[in-house]
Amino acid sequence: MHIKIKKGLDINLQGVAAKPQSVSGLAQVMPELVAVYPDDFPGFVPKVSVKEGDTVKAGDPLLFHKLNPEIKLVSPVSGTVKAVVRGERRKIIRVEVVPEPASAQDRLMFAPAADFKTAIMNSGLWCMMRQRPYDVVPDPSKQPRDIFVTAFDSSPLAPHLELAVADADAELAAGVQALKALTAGKVYICVPEGTPLKPVAGAEWVTVSGPHPCGNPGPQIAAVAPVNKGETVWTLDIVTLSKIGQLAMKKSVSPVGIVTVAGPEVAHPEYVKTVAGADVASLLKGRMNAVDGKRRVISGSVLTGESVGENGFLHYPYRQISVIRDGSDVDEFMGWANPGFNKLSTKRSVLGHFFGRRRFSPDARINGGHRAMILSGEYDRVLPMDIMGEYLVKAILSRDIDRMEQLGIYEVAPEDFALPEFVDTSKLELQKIVREGLDYLRREVE
Amino acid sequence: MKGLKKQLERIKPHFMPGGKLSSLRSVYDGFETFLFTPNETAGVKGAHIHDANDSKRTMIIVVLALLPCFIFGMYNTGYQHWIATGASEFPFWDLMLYGFLAVLPRVIVAYAVGLGIEFVVAQWRGEEIQEGFLVTGILIPMICPVDIPLWMLAVATAFSVIFVKEVFGGTGFNILNVALVTRAFLFFAYPRQMSGDSVFVPTEPMFGFGGKAVDGFTGATPLGEISTATSQEQVANITADWYDAFIGLIPGSFGETSTLCILIGAAILLFTGMASWKVMLSAFAGGLAMGAVVHAFPSATYPVSYISAFDQMLYGGFAFAVVFMATDPVTGARTETGKWIYGALVGVMAILIRSYNSGYPEGAMLAVLLMNVFAPLIDYCVVQANVSRRLRRAKTSVRS
Repeated sequence: MHIKIKKGLDINLQGVAAKPQSVSGLAQVMPELVAVYPDDFPGFVPKVSVKEGDTVKAGDPLLFHKLNPEIKLVSPVSGTVKAVVRGERRKIIRVEVVPEPASAQDRLMFAPAADFKTAIMNSGLWCMMRQRPYDVVPDPSKQPRDIFVTAFDSSPLAPHLELAVADADAELAAGVQALKALTAGKVYICVPEGTPLKPVAGAEWVTVSGPHPCGNPGPQIAAVAPVNKGETVWTLDIVTLSKIGQLAMKKSVSPVGIVTVAGPEVAHPEYVKTVAGADVASLLKGRMNAVDGKRRVISGSVLTGESVGENGFLHYPYRQISVIRDGSDVDEFMGWANPGFNKLSTKRSVLGHFFGRRRFSPDARINGGHRAMILSGEYDRVLPMDIMGEYLVKAILSRDIDRMEQLGIYEVAPEDFALPEFVDTSKLELQKIVREGLDYLRREVE
Repeated sequence: MKGLKKQLERIKPHFMPGGKLSSLRSVYDGFETFLFTPNETAGVKGAHIHDANDSKRTMIIVVLALLPCFIFGMYNTGYQHWIATGASEFPFWDLMLYGFLAVLPRVIVAYAVGLGIEFVVAQWRGEEIQEGFLVTGILIPMICPVDIPLWMLAVATAFSVIFVKEVFGGTGFNILNVALVTRAFLFFAYPRQMSGDSVFVPTEPMFGFGGKAVDGFTGATPLGEISTATSQEQVANITADWYDAFIGLIPGSFGETSTLCILIGAAILLFTGMASWKVMLSAFAGGLAMGAVVHAFPSATYPVSYISAFDQMLYGGFAFAVVFMATDPVTGARTETGKWIYGALVGVMAILIRSYNSGYPEGAMLAVLLMNVFAPLIDYCVVQANVSRRLRRAKTSVRS
């Protein structure tokens, strides 16, 4: 099957990491500290299963899900628990582990489980999946209609995920078999057009072309078989699929993943191998530009990531670190009248628009003030789903559950509103609004 | 620039809560964000980069698109006045100066009243001042007759800014186009001053500049003349000068006479993507279609039916309303399908009102206001189609 995404936007940023031939030659970054953030996994209610000073092996659980203790988040390395960092009202922010030297090669090992589904939940890989509706960690009590695997990330500066699974045909096949046991429906694998990957037996092979967000599960599901009320669909990426395959074949999982360290403020953007939750300082060491003004270090893409600072950690989905200028230290005189040759815009009112092929170095300023929605149809242009974005956002803001359902909130995740948030002239925080709407709905409906 | 920024930072504490000028905080904020782009950065999570276009730039582009009409309006005001005085020579700069002097007080009054209210409301609500009135403030003098008394303009502006915009929540929440309501308020509150022959061409000198109109001069607009015409020949005589109407050398509201300049403005809006081409195209199509229907059944009772569909586009405020009023994204239809329907109905209604309402020679204003009211309904139907599509899909999915 082939799907063609028409709406969307590829944002060209400076500092792209060159695609390597294979992952075998990549530098491996051994972090000085790793951290697991339960907040990266919406729907996961964390309880700690370790305390400070405990020694953990790679694959040992650090946290478990209060409502289903089989679902765990595990330590990606062997080492010592340095701290369980808590915030207000003792909310668990993160669990930090100091890796033992040379432990990055340790495969994640797990205690034997009753069945394979439990094994996935115990291994931490369950949390790497998402469920629609609500964009949360899947509820194991619900059988998914279908499972969607995306084999690529089309976000700016994102790594080519297929590199990580280049020689993993057997693991992918095993992963597909394992997932097929969990659904009565199909397992779809969505790959970019011209992918070097070979179709996996048992899975529906879907090639996708078009601009970002064609790599996001949202538009892919929308094009193949949209989520209806009452249905559940799981999504995961191909790296997680191959790890589920490893788990099925070898009962252990490699901790290593590929990550791009990229962006206009990175002097030597490149792919590296590291473990989930690695500290940013280790990843950025020796790769940054000489300091010139404030910078923003983002764990994730510039459209959906989290600003973590230079002392932060790599967050889920553990794919990229993007560094851009912060811009809060810039004084721009009458910016609204600036023709904007070097500014990034989808509008022809900004002359930078005419240099669309050039690579830009935008900073983190929102470039304006927060307003009510003024221009119409902006979201629709970059939202390749049959969703009336503006009206859905309004329904969410007014907490109108019926209207949210009618307008298709079950089909969307916050990341689907990342590009609308970028183009929005009124500078609304759409992803936050959608996240709050999904959480509200889940509380009210379930 | 560094020095200016320093000055601003130095006086800032006075305007913040607790400062001695804190009651002028919104004014300070307005100027500060006008002078220096706010360097507010994106939140911790979400999109970290944003499109360089913001609402200030959007509004500035619209004002820019209005400038050709505005400049031509100055010339035409002078030109019409010179004709009224019976002159045979038309010195360019004199005409421009006269037009400038005529319109300047109106612009000042519209902005002073409107922005004053905006500043007060922003201060009261503790919000940032919004720039929506930048456009409204220049639109108001452009769609009103240039000779309108200033106090009327002030009352009408205040009425529509308060009751059409602020009570609904400010920029982005109004249901009706603010500038058009100003015009409508004037029309219905002061019908004697706002219609007929007396308002469209200034007959008195401006600040001692210009002459006095000759006795017996009537400054009726072509549409006004047509609506009182009694025969086809009379109408044909008036529309024989259609070229003047295209260029804009006819009496009319200050900014709306020149179809040429309106088209330049339309080109700017469409090129920058600040207005919907769907609304413009469908409105012109709707207007032409309705114009053709009207023209197909000429009748002496409704003399406007004698003019061709093409001429309908040139006269009165039709083109201006379609390009600058109907395309207001806040008060128009917001869905893409809705824009086609909304635009077409604006065109149809404008010609319909203009042709078959003999008491009222211009229909564009009322047509846009009427469709402003219906736009949410049109959108509702379009959104409902999306909703029922989703419901149908869910049903088939359950069955299979």
